This record gives sequence, structure tokens and C-alpha cells, in this order.
Amino acid sequence: MLSRVADSLYWMSRYLERAENTVRQLDVTMSLMLDPGGASAEARWKRLMAALGKKSGMEWSGDLESMARTLVFDSLDPAAVTFCVNGARENARQVREEISSEQWQRLNRLFHQMHSPHAQTQFTSNINDALTSILDGIHLFKGVSDTTMIHGQGWQFIRLGRYLERAYATATLLEVYQPNLSSPLESDRSGYQYLELVGLLRCCTSFEAYCQVYTADVAPDRILEFLLLNRDFPHAIRYCADCVRQAIESIQRTGGRRPPEELTAAIGRLHAMLGYSTISEIVAGDTALFLHTVREQCMRIHELIYRYYVHYSIQSALAV
Amino acid sequence: MSAGHPAELEMLFGDYPLDQAFDEMRQANGDLRPQYRALADTLARLPQDELQRRKQSADLSFLTQGITFTVYGRDEGTERIFPYDLLPRLITASEWDRIERGLTQRITALNLFLRDVYSDAKILNDRIIPRELVYSCKHYRRQMRGLQVPRNVYIAVVGSDLLRLNTGEFVVLEDNLRVPSGVSYMLTNRRVMKRTFPELFHSYGVRPIEHYPQLLLATLRSLAPEGRPEPNIVLLTPGVFNSAYFEHTYLARQMGIDLVEGRDLVTHDNVVYMRTTDGLKRVDVIYRRVDDDFSDPLVFRSDSSLGCAGLFNAYRAGNVTVTNAFGTGLADDKAVYAYVPRMIRYYLNEDPILPNVETYLLSEDKERQHVLANLDKLVVKAVGESGGYGMLIGPHSTASQREEFARQIQANPRNYIAQPTLDFSRAPCLIGNRLEPRHVDLRPYVLFGDKVNIVPGGLTRVALEKGSLVVNSSQGGGSKDTWVLEK
Repeated sequence: MLSRVADSLYWMSRYLERAENTVRQLDVTMSLMLDPGGASAEARWKRLMAALGKKSGMEWSGDLESMARTLVFDSLDPAAVTFCVNGARENARQVREEISSEQWQRLNRLFHQMHSPHAQTQFTSNINDALTSILDGIHLFKGVSDTTMIHGQGWQFIRLGRYLERAYATATLLEVYQPNLSSPLESDRSGYQYLELVGLLRCCTSFEAYCQVYTADVAPDRILEFLLLNRDFPHAIRYCADCVRQAIESIQRTGGRRPPEELTAAIGRLHAMLGYSTISEIVAGDTALFLHTVREQCMRIHELIYRYYVHYSIQSALAV
Repeated sequence: MSAGHPAELEMLFGDYPLDQAFDEMRQANGDLRPQYRALADTLARLPQDELQRRKQSADLSFLTQGITFTVYGRDEGTERIFPYDLLPRLITASEWDRIERGLTQRITALNLFLRDVYSDAKILNDRIIPRELVYSCKHYRRQMRGLQVPRNVYIAVVGSDLLRLNTGEFVVLEDNLRVPSGVSYMLTNRRVMKRTFPELFHSYGVRPIEHYPQLLLATLRSLAPEGRPEPNIVLLTPGVFNSAYFEHTYLARQMGIDLVEGRDLVTHDNVVYMRTTDGLKRVDVIYRRVDDDFSDPLVFRSDSSLGCAGLFNAYRAGNVTVTNAFGTGLADDKAVYAYVPRMIRYYLNEDPILPNVETYLLSEDKERQHVLANLDKLVVKAVGESGGYGMLIGPHSTASQREEFARQIQANPRNYIAQPTLDFSRAPCLIGNRLEPRHVDLRPYVLFGDKVNIVPGGLTRVALEKGSLVVNSSQGGGSKDTWVLEK
């Protein structure tokens, strides 16, 4: 597969994953703000900005509705939904011959939905519906991606983009929620802490899955364990790391080139970190550092993928 | 308006004008041409909103499929849906037979001409075509002199523009031998039309065109360098900002080949490679949709970054086939065009089946005097341009435009030709709720590998603006599906 094409597929997928993450976190934050207790609206907004990885986030203006609208429709802010959808479509447009017509049509429809002249007024009149319909668009795209595209190298690059982005975003989210996770359980059981923790799970669409594993007994350690180390849940970081490993193995199988030691080592290290740690060890040590290391590993893997598959030097390729 | 049309049809036609121009649907007395009766019946039977409803669903289908072209010079919304008309244009079996034979003859002669000019130049030595005309052409490429082209095929993909005159006869207006585009619109139009008028399509017995990508792939494969039994075929595009980018992706996908840009290619030891995730992979055949000038900065324009440095040398060494070959624009120069009938007689010893449009060469003193005296009646075209640029349509021009052209003609007569303003045929189009006649041309697509292949049909281009004679999509033209009937 052409390196340029792999690059576009990877970013198409990453951008959509990012858009989905923004929509979901915004949705959860806004519904948390309905409950007066606990943190202030401003603090929640700041937390949202931090969880979206925005160093200089939008200042809290007090007008939630218009801020939410900006976060969805801004086409210049890299965390904004429209920016990501534009990026995904622009990448898809450059590889029209690689993706299926169904994929293109879904993505194109989502793009036109974001840019329709009525989009912003409809958004204001029913924010919940609007966010749900954006999520639907993204889910449809992912569904047709899995069912209409040949599961060859291109699809594996799509998976790489999706799971690296997801692992990175979940690690960022957990880092931001660290204070909530390390504070002692409230004694009065007023329910506000419960809401916060459930909110965290909802940010990763994992509340129901969590209940299946641990029952509705929501506890910080267990949440951390679930989102970090669960092997079967698609939003858990360990699951994402496994998928990255499988994708690289599959790319190697179809391409015949062995990935360099460096790349296999980086992937192996992340896999081992998550596969062989227990939650009690992590909590006993420096949780924040652990999460930070996970993020750094993700970035390192991204760089190595690019160095090896996309931006390699011609001299090194001719020498083989 | 003659009697005998159902009332619904009368409503659709309204005050549909008929004059001396050939109308594709109706004879001069207003009667329907026999092949159009079934179409007219269907239109008359449809409830009033139904036609609009089908139009909307076809629109939506074009938009979500992203069947668009790029408009230059604007940042926002650089893509537009390719405008199209809902009603098909019909061509009978006998009309098509003549077109097919005529184009086959013409392409064969043009290819022989290119081969001759770039080798022995017999046609010039025999003084059939003036030497200076060929050597002064801006698309003549001296680098091609004496170069052995695979299977002697210079022009594998051709799109010729035909017009129908008021006699009902088809003539060739021009040949596009460089990078003709539009074939993807022909294919997608058909897909949408089959959904829009399924019963009608079925009842007509329309010859299929859907196998074009397969034929194109077979043509490209037949031109692969010797000793490459499983050739790696790619389509070279200038990139996402090119107006025909949709078409490039469409064809690559339909053929199952890689779509490459210049930056994906590298040459080493006169072999072309593409950068893949598995390392460098050799390229054998390039279906080139990049102009000569931009293909190789070492040989052609050095400021171009769209092509691949070293491509021409790899081509010269026979390690890669590039098609269409370089320098084929020579044979679609609008002044060389005037000599195509003579080429056909010279190389094939046959009479041309499809005639040319009468053309005045402005480098000839007598013809130039005549043209300058009659600028208000003629169409003047720059010889090396395409896409409807560099053109003066006499009857629609202002005095100052004519003065400007007269100055340019006198400064550089070789650069211009003139033709009579043609009253070419019109076909009914759905404009609002009514049928109105609009000028149409026809661009069939010819493939030339081990043999000549023409899919029955082509792109019927429509000048959607009332009274306009310009059908190019860059100038507000649209298209129609073209149905070539079995019988």
C-alpha cells in the first residue's frame, strides 16, 4: 500500500475517533452540570478542556450553550468536532480509491450535516439530539468501515489510528480525573461523588460494561482497573494496546517486512506494562506517572510507525 | 406545436421553439422522432410532482456520492456537483455504427501520424502537411524524436468531440489526445439514470457502457514493457486540487489500481518505484493524467512538483510505459486538425467517414483576410487551448473583443484558427417544470491498445445556459446520459 495512502487512512480514522471523544465528553459534562452539587460549572468546563488535551482552553464565559456550540462547530480548533470531521473527510478525499463508496458516502453525509445552514440553530434548539445524531453518523461510518472494506493493510492502518487515539485520549482523561479517583469515598453518600464517577465511565461509554463486571458498586480503584487493564472492553487502554499490536503484526504478515526492533519493543513495552501490572501496584505507586508513561508510549509508537512505514528514507529502502 | 401530443406533454413542451437547428427529439414539423416516443410517453404519464421528486433524489445521489468537480480560484466550497440533465439523449444503432467506424478510422490515422512525425516524417517530406505547422506547434516534443513507443501506440485514451449539424450529420469538432476527461461522469450518470428511470431504461434496450474500466485496464495491460507479465499499473494524478480529481479516484477504484501522485514516485537507475508501506515497489505502466509540461521537472518544466524527476529517462529506457505518450498534443492542435482528413487519405487510403468542421488557417494570407473581414460571424480559437478558454464567438462578441482578437491574430497568426459559427443540435432539457432546448455535443471515449475499443455512448455535454454554445464544464456546461440503442 502507498505510504501516502496509509498516512491518510490513519489520520482519517484518528480524527473521527477524536471527534467522537469530544462529542461524548461534552455530552457527559453538560448532563453533569444539571446537578447543582459537587463541582461548579466552571470547574467542570475546565476539566473538560483539560481532558480534551487543550492547553489553552476556552475561558469559561458563563454561557454554556454558546461555548458548547463553539466546541462543536469551530473549524479552526483542533479539538472541535467540525475541525475533526473536516480533517477526516479531507484525508478520505485523498484516498477515495482505497475506501469503499459506502464509507465515503457516510463520511460525506456527516460532513454535510455539520455544514448544513440549519445545523447551528438546530443544535441550540436541542443539544442532546444534535450530539446523538453526530455520534450516530460516526458509528455508522465505523460500522460500514468494518463491513465494506477489505481487512487488509488499509483497514489495519485505520485500526492503528483509532486505537492509538483512543488509548491516548483515555489516558489523558484518567489523568485529569485523578483527583476524583484518589479522594476518599464520601461518607454521607449524598450521591454527588457517585455521579462524578459514573460520568467518568460514561465518557468512555463504559458504565454498563463496568456494571456487568463489577456490579453497580462504583469504586475509584475498580474504575481505574477497568479502564486501564481490562482485556475485553474496547475502550480499556489495554484492549487498545492489544489491538495496536495485532494491527502491526497483521501489516507485517501482509507486507512481508519485519518491523524494526524499536517498534516491536515499544509496542511490547506498552503491552507488558498493561498486561502484567495489577491495580494495587499501580495505585500504591505513582498513578499519575503511570498514566503519563502510557501516553508517552503511545506517542513513541506513533513516531516509529511514521518513521518506518511512511517517512522512510529512499537510501534505506534501496539498500534492502 | 403540432397536434397529437397528449395534453400533459403540451404542458411540458410549452412554447418549445424549433428552428433551423437540428432538434434531437423533434422533427422540424414538431412531430417526435420515432426513437423518442417512449420517452415522451413516460414523461406524459408521470404525475406532475413525480419528475421533480426524481430529480431531487438524483441530485442527492450525486451529492452524497461526492460526484463533484473542483472549481479553481475559490477557497471555500471548491467542489461542485457536476450539473446534469435528467432526460437521456438517444442515439440509434445506425447512427452509432457510423460514429464508431468513423472514430476508429480517425484514431488509427492520428496514431500513424504521430508515429510518422516522431520518426521518418514522411508526411512532411511528401508535403501533405506543411513542415513549419508541425514544428511550430507548442505541444511538439523534440524529446520524442526517434523514441520507440511500446506497440507503437501513442494515444491509448482519446475523447473526440462530435457535433450534429442541421443536416443530422455528425462532424468532429476536435480530438482530445492529451488527457481527455469526463468518462467518470458518463459512468456515474448511467448509474443514477438507471435508478431514476428503471422501467424506461429497460424498455429501450440500451447498450451497456459499464465495462469501460475493465477495457481501460486491459488496454493499459497490453502496453506493459516486455518481460513484465504481472505489470504494476498506476494512475498518476496531479492531486486533490485538480479539477478532475474525482474522476482519477473513481477510475483507480473501478480498475483496482493505485492512484499515485508525483511525490509517491522515485526513480533509480531508470526504473520507477512507488513508496509503499512495504518499501519501494516497481511501477510498470503509468496511466498519466498529468500534462506533459508537469510530468518530469528534469525534461519539461523545471518548476513543476507534480511529476516525478527522472520519469522521462525511465520511459526512454523502456522500463516504464507512460500513456498517453508525451507530445501527443501535437495531433490535437487545432491547426493540425484541419489536416486530419488528408492524413486519413494519406495513411489509410480511405475517405473520412466523419467529416471535419470547415476550418480557416490564419497563417494563410487569403484565409486570414477573409476571417478578419468576417469576425462577427465566425468562431476564433487559440490552437493549443482546451476547455473553452481562448475563444471568440463572433455573433456573441462585442466590437472591442473583436478588435482585441484581430490584434492578437495579426501578431501571431499561427496561434489561431477560425470556424463558422455552427448551429449544432439541441436536445430537450428539464428546466424548472418545462422542457427547453439546449445545445449538446457528444464525446465518445476511444481506447486503443492491441485494438480499438469504443464503449457505445459517451458524455453528452449540454450548454445549460439558454442560447449558449459553450458546453465545457468549466464554463457552466452540464451533461446528459447517452443511450445508444440496441436497434
